[in-house]
Amino acid sequence: MKVEIEKQAAKKLASDINSMLAVHGGPLKFMEVCGTHTMAIHSSGIKSLLTKKLELVSGPGCPVCVTEKLFIDQAMFLGREHSACLVTFGDLMRVPGSNGSPADLRSQGGSVKVVYSPMDAIEIALQIAPQPAIFLGVGFETTIPTVAATLKTALARNVKNLFVLPAFKTIHQPLKILASQKDLNGFLLPGHVSAIIGADSYDYLPRDYQKPGVIAGFDGLDILLALRTLVEMSVRGEAGIENKYRTVVRPEGNVVARGLIDEVFDPSDASWRGLGVIPGSGLSLKAPYDVFDALKRFPVEVPEAPDDPRCRCARILTGELNPNQCGLFGKECVPETPVGPCMVSSEGTCAAYYKYGGNSIDS
Amino acid sequence: MSGRLIRDLILPRLDRGKLGALPDSVVLSDLGDKIAFTTDSFVVSPIFFPGGNIGSLSVHGTCNDLTCSGARPIFLSVGLILEEGFPIEELSDILDSMSEAADLCGVEIVTGDTKVTPKGAADRIFINTAGIGRVETAIELSPSRIVPGDAVIVSGPVGNHGMAVMLSRAEFSFDFDVKSDSASVWPIVERLLSLEDGLRFLRDPTRGGLSATLNEIANLTNLTVSVDETAIPVAPEVAAAAEILGINPLEAANEGKIVAVIDRDCVNKALDLLRDCPQAAGASFIGTITPERKPRVIIKTRIGGSRILAEPSGELLPRIC
Repeated sequence: MKVEIEKQAAKKLASDINSMLAVHGGPLKFMEVCGTHTMAIHSSGIKSLLTKKLELVSGPGCPVCVTEKLFIDQAMFLGREHSACLVTFGDLMRVPGSNGSPADLRSQGGSVKVVYSPMDAIEIALQIAPQPAIFLGVGFETTIPTVAATLKTALARNVKNLFVLPAFKTIHQPLKILASQKDLNGFLLPGHVSAIIGADSYDYLPRDYQKPGVIAGFDGLDILLALRTLVEMSVRGEAGIENKYRTVVRPEGNVVARGLIDEVFDPSDASWRGLGVIPGSGLSLKAPYDVFDALKRFPVEVPEAPDDPRCRCARILTGELNPNQCGLFGKECVPETPVGPCMVSSEGTCAAYYKYGGNSIDS
Repeated sequence: MSGRLIRDLILPRLDRGKLGALPDSVVLSDLGDKIAFTTDSFVVSPIFFPGGNIGSLSVHGTCNDLTCSGARPIFLSVGLILEEGFPIEELSDILDSMSEAADLCGVEIVTGDTKVTPKGAADRIFINTAGIGRVETAIELSPSRIVPGDAVIVSGPVGNHGMAVMLSRAEFSFDFDVKSDSASVWPIVERLLSLEDGLRFLRDPTRGGLSATLNEIANLTNLTVSVDETAIPVAPEVAAAAEILGINPLEAANEGKIVAVIDRDCVNKALDLLRDCPQAAGASFIGTITPERKPRVIIKTRIGGSRILAEPSGELLPRIC
């Protein structure tokens, strides 16, 4: 019964979107910023329900995809040369640097531990002391507060052998760059990140760029609902921020979590794979937490690590190209042997296209 | 060393008449005119997981491969490769499970071999089993008998084994009640064989899960297979664990399930036949073989959309069986 209701609701939402676009003429191009949305759009088959006049492109919201190869090289250097135990979320395991991935390091006898919470890194550090445990710090506003809380605990418990290799990123600065792209008509805004930063924090999108944004949940229906709102706003020429994930996202966000971030980190410049250095888009550890910075504690010497020049991830991450417009996609670049980061991460655009058939279902 | 192992530990548990004589080879008779023969090696890590261990798995795995040819498993061989220092208590537990699994499957272990390797040369314990089964159908269960319009059924909820092994790895600290489905599928297949011509093809969806098996069927027939996401049974605890680990339960291995392609007109009869079979609780009609000459699997999603169900890429886990 529930299944039937869901199907009917989806049908109604899709038909509303399609008829609005038939009248309006389109085309409209929206970007989903979050990697989890990318996967949900593909796995629920949303594109198969919608008119071709609505184009959905993926943005730089998959943390693994925007992490530079240099970061993996640094992590591998720390594991190999300083005999550190690398502590990481699972999605970094298979990401190749210039000389292999953390999974390779483990199979060569190196120490790599997968955790689901950064807090686990403390226990690991205590067990292996004095060997250093280095948490691979990748992620957006959703994961950063838990890392901040971990470091506060580590400081209080005087854990001396826990470190972080920081490559954290924040979403607003790149969003501003993307918003200035003329052919993007609106944004499907992330659910979990917005729960931390709050719906109100996107006020610059309508004010400075005249673009609408809708915060969405992760269910197929949630996304269709948000897309219908985006189409409505675009058709009427309105720009605003709508929150369609009210059960989780508040206008002001999670003030406590943001307080934790501010207590442990300072804004800094960050280098994004595909986008280059974006001022103010990263975070660095501030005193007294800078003692946990692995790069300050250990000398790390790795050469520049240029990406394969044929890889189009940079333009895919900004929604300019679709994966099937890259010559490597599905040929040299497949999930088992990824060339670019968008294929490596389970939330990467290329991986989603490869796994779920992208737009190719009727071809 | 291995002589004592065999005498004190292995024979008391596994001998049902033929093994104890320890000849160089066993002589078997009365096998019928058509037999199935297969072998498989088991290197699963960890060796103990909720719902089974490497011992029961090594019996079920080989029996199930025989079963997919329509053969009733009757004889097994067992090769044990042990790393020096492997605890006797753990070996006893594994042998107990093998003995219990073999009795339940109605299969006799008739010959075997045990080797102990120096420390580091093997990872604790590896098991090879080979099996002989008596083919109990005149029909050749082959993909060439699949025609457009045929139905695909699965014998129960999918993804339990892969998820149970994954969750029992030390690197995860979750507490989910997910058990491996490791079991013999012969009781299921024995019932389905009574469909006679209506039964086209059988597979046990082990490595790569349901997704790999459906893609295999599409590739073997060169036809598009269409399945309904809402008809595919997944236990709630498996779905929950899969969600957290970011794993597709359709790609997780099964060790006690059957995917059967059958005549569309036999669907009700097949589900009726399986109704009183505890091994097939939750059996479901999940999709059809379409006339479209494109080897791929299309899944109709919950919200009525469609997408490709791709062949699983890479490995969920290096050693699940």
